[in-house]
Amino acid sequence: PRHRGSRFQVSAALQEGRVSPTELCQRCLSLIRSTRFLNAYITVAEETALKQAEESEKRYGRGQPLGVLDGIPIAVKDNFNTAGIETTCASNMLKGYISPYNATVVQKLLDQGAVLLGKTNLDEFAMGSGSTDGAFGPVRNPWSYSRQYKEKSVPKSHSEDKESDWVITGGSSGGSAAAVSSFTCFAALGSDTGGSTRNPAAHCGVVGLKPTYGLISRHGLVPLVNSMDVPGILTRCVDDAAIVLGSLAGHDPKDSTTIQDDFKPFELPSLTDVSKLSIGIPKEYHAPGLSSEILSLWSKAADLFKNAGAKVIEVSLPHTRYSIVCYHVLCTAEVASNMARFDGLEYGHRSDMNQSTESMYAATRREGFNDVVRGRILSGNYFLLKQNYEDYFIKAQKVRRLIADDFVKVFGSGVHVLLTPTTLSDAVPYKEFIKEDNRTRSTQDDILTQAANMAGLPAINVPTALSERGLPVGLQFIGRSFQEKQLLTVAKWFEKQVKFPMIQLEEVKRHDHGIFQHQKSASFS
Amino acid sequence: LAPWVPVVGLEIHAQISSNSKLFSGSQVQFAAPPNSLVSFFDASLPGTLPVLNRRCVEAAVMTGLALNCSINKKSLFDRKHYFYADLPAGYQITQQRVPIAVNGSLSYSLCIDNKMSQMVTKTVRIKQIQLEQDSGKSLHDDTRNQTLVDLNRAGVGLMEVVMEPDMCCGEEAAAAVRELQLILQTLGSSQAVMAEGQLRVDANVSVHHPGEPYGVRTEVKNINSLRFLAKAVDYEIQRQIEELENGGTILNETRAFDSRLGCTMPMRDKEGKQDYRFMPEPNLPPLILYDAKSLPANMNHQQVVNIDWIQDRLPDLPSVKRAKLVEQYGILPEHSFTLLNEDGLTEFFENVVKQTHMKPKKVIGWIIKDLLSYLKQHSLTVKESPVSPFLLADLLNLLEKKVISSTAAKQVLAELWKGEGKTPLEIVKEKNLELLQDQKELEQICQAVIDGQENEVIMVLLG
Repeated sequence: PRHRGSRFQVSAALQEGRVSPTELCQRCLSLIRSTRFLNAYITVAEETALKQAEESEKRYGRGQPLGVLDGIPIAVKDNFNTAGIETTCASNMLKGYISPYNATVVQKLLDQGAVLLGKTNLDEFAMGSGSTDGAFGPVRNPWSYSRQYKEKSVPKSHSEDKESDWVITGGSSGGSAAAVSSFTCFAALGSDTGGSTRNPAAHCGVVGLKPTYGLISRHGLVPLVNSMDVPGILTRCVDDAAIVLGSLAGHDPKDSTTIQDDFKPFELPSLTDVSKLSIGIPKEYHAPGLSSEILSLWSKAADLFKNAGAKVIEVSLPHTRYSIVCYHVLCTAEVASNMARFDGLEYGHRSDMNQSTESMYAATRREGFNDVVRGRILSGNYFLLKQNYEDYFIKAQKVRRLIADDFVKVFGSGVHVLLTPTTLSDAVPYKEFIKEDNRTRSTQDDILTQAANMAGLPAINVPTALSERGLPVGLQFIGRSFQEKQLLTVAKWFEKQVKFPMIQLEEVKRHDHGIFQHQKSASFS
Repeated sequence: LAPWVPVVGLEIHAQISSNSKLFSGSQVQFAAPPNSLVSFFDASLPGTLPVLNRRCVEAAVMTGLALNCSINKKSLFDRKHYFYADLPAGYQITQQRVPIAVNGSLSYSLCIDNKMSQMVTKTVRIKQIQLEQDSGKSLHDDTRNQTLVDLNRAGVGLMEVVMEPDMCCGEEAAAAVRELQLILQTLGSSQAVMAEGQLRVDANVSVHHPGEPYGVRTEVKNINSLRFLAKAVDYEIQRQIEELENGGTILNETRAFDSRLGCTMPMRDKEGKQDYRFMPEPNLPPLILYDAKSLPANMNHQQVVNIDWIQDRLPDLPSVKRAKLVEQYGILPEHSFTLLNEDGLTEFFENVVKQTHMKPKKVIGWIIKDLLSYLKQHSLTVKESPVSPFLLADLLNLLEKKVISSTAAKQVLAELWKGEGKTPLEIVKEKNLELLQDQKELEQICQAVIDGQENEVIMVLLG
């Protein structure tokens, strides 16, 4: 039987001594080794992780664990600074870069006794929606190797490489999503600027939470778009996400964009009565390219709420269709600015070209950045030119205000939570994905997730069902500003209704010693 | 030839006197070992964020109030982008859209024709004051073909004070800056020592014929003393006039002042017009300041910056101090200028006045003519004076009591400069400088003089 309240199942196991932190850590490390072909991790910090696990064990031995997260193995996207462990942002620019400080969110997890297994793979500098454009290669979706997917695939002739059918994780936090999905860790940090946590969460069948902007500190998160970035949380169930959120949220004096108000970690109630709930279905999210499968799933989900007694109404967010263009201008402008610091002078890659400072800068940046990054820098600088600023940047800011106001109006009319698809389809095979360029893909894939970043609202992907191809499909809930408790409560109720199946992965089975086997042990709560 | 009207505006960067930098906690200190005062944020390490230093905001508000500015209760921060070795982030955080203070004025005084007795008061409008980051320092090592970068200064808080082009020559520019310097030092918002780079001045210079629109202006940089400021401005005015009279044109360029040659030269680096691609700084919310009226009931002044609270605590500005000196001591206005102009001189003067019966109106002459000129001759500061206020007061008392004549007093002073530890009375006795007090003795001496000048006496008696 599940424990009540916010105790983690694995936490319970740790508490009761059924498994030790070092055992747990070893198993995760071993599983990471066996799933190396996923390329989910850029750096595995074996030594430090084991040390942390040992410390945790000592604490459990004394009966003094730091909290629910003590001894829990976690992974962190490689655009968060980790002291003493390489932080690369999947870019040549930062290969070998060892940061001297921990991001606030990393520090908070470590202070809670979490065991940091390693840094996960991403699109270079978090620019992309596939986790395919990083300097360390693409991440493979663990579901590519699941029994569920293999059963549904068309059998290939023996001359074709089976391996090449693997599907993408989505992005840009693909490594973190894959890590959680393949059971190599119990929670992972991602980042979300246009959907980068929710998108891979949907494709990898895990919970992906984007908190309200200003709730969690960005100090130590290498910025993509300062005014939209948030640290994202990836877990296998909604309860776990709530617990991680509780340990991370709150004002950070080092980040002037975090709100001052006190944050009180909450326990998620198990909702039984949804009759007072008002769910909004934004019609504009029936976007071009939305697969009929997902459309149908979305509709079924709406019915689920309706049949349970909730009020389900169609709403309109009329400026949704402008969000991608708006995002493009604001994002590239900030990128151009944020990337200006990478000149090879103080840290990171420095070119051998030393004829002059200018030539050194130019060569360093050409060598260090991939063309996705360079393309965005050039676009961004164009929009920021004096003669263009008014027409592009200022205009985009105005459009952003309109998009945000759309949500204010809808939530102001009594809707508690919005229900939308997270992605247009299930995960596509890598071979197909790379046929289109990064910019085109991002434009297409961000459409359902982007607006929440514009408006700074919290949003969460909840794995819902498997597609016809045997791959995960998720649905998204968007909540009111700083109303994470309400959002997660609804998400948890929905999660309970849909009973998303566990991934059937050979490697996981092999490593399972009763810890991962059952659904309830998939999580820590 | 038609007359020329020179127009001079100034952009002054004053380093804020604070313990730590504008957006990070690293220390502010002059001449520390290279790269020893650099925080992660100053080095632009990825993921670091700016956190505004409250003391810097207060310094800017103080300065704005002292310069009669309107303080903007809401001001914004922006990024100004350009690539340079001393700018680690590739952008400077400044206030381009809405600065912290606007529309002020500064009054300063000049001597006409170099005569201290004729002073005229002028006013220059202050366009704005903005908070911004200082850059690091880069030194070019040409022998090894490398650039050495020291980031100690990177991120130190600056107040940029923009003075409208209301000035017309080097002397006015120097006088205006001098007055600003005194104000900043009085407030304590900046130590404003030019030699230590705490006060840097860029001059915008142009010339035009009366009635015609303003001419193309040049920017003159690299001026590190008031004397050079006056020289640079006057040189540039002259250069532009000559250029135009010879049929040439003035380029809108940046020029550096070469103090050795006494001229301005075009600067190599600043070619073409830079587009700084200004963008709002997304990591800093708008800066909100309060006054007594707008302060919410539940906030105390320690949580926020309260303009009225700061206003109430402003010290007497130089102009007020001068007026008080004139009123209190009956000295001339130009004397008060000299007193405030020399560091420590006012204090010296007041100390002497306290310890002597001589009227301040007479004391001031000794301070300005005798003491100050001696100090200047020997390049000494007031603090380094071998003659203390006590000694000088002692001497002036002898003069006041008519123990010695004023000529004798000057002789004694000359001795006192040697700093041999003798008191004025000792020197008077040594050199036999006492005035004769005996009436009879005086009559005898006078009679002796008259007796020795028979012819002259007859001439006088004859009329």
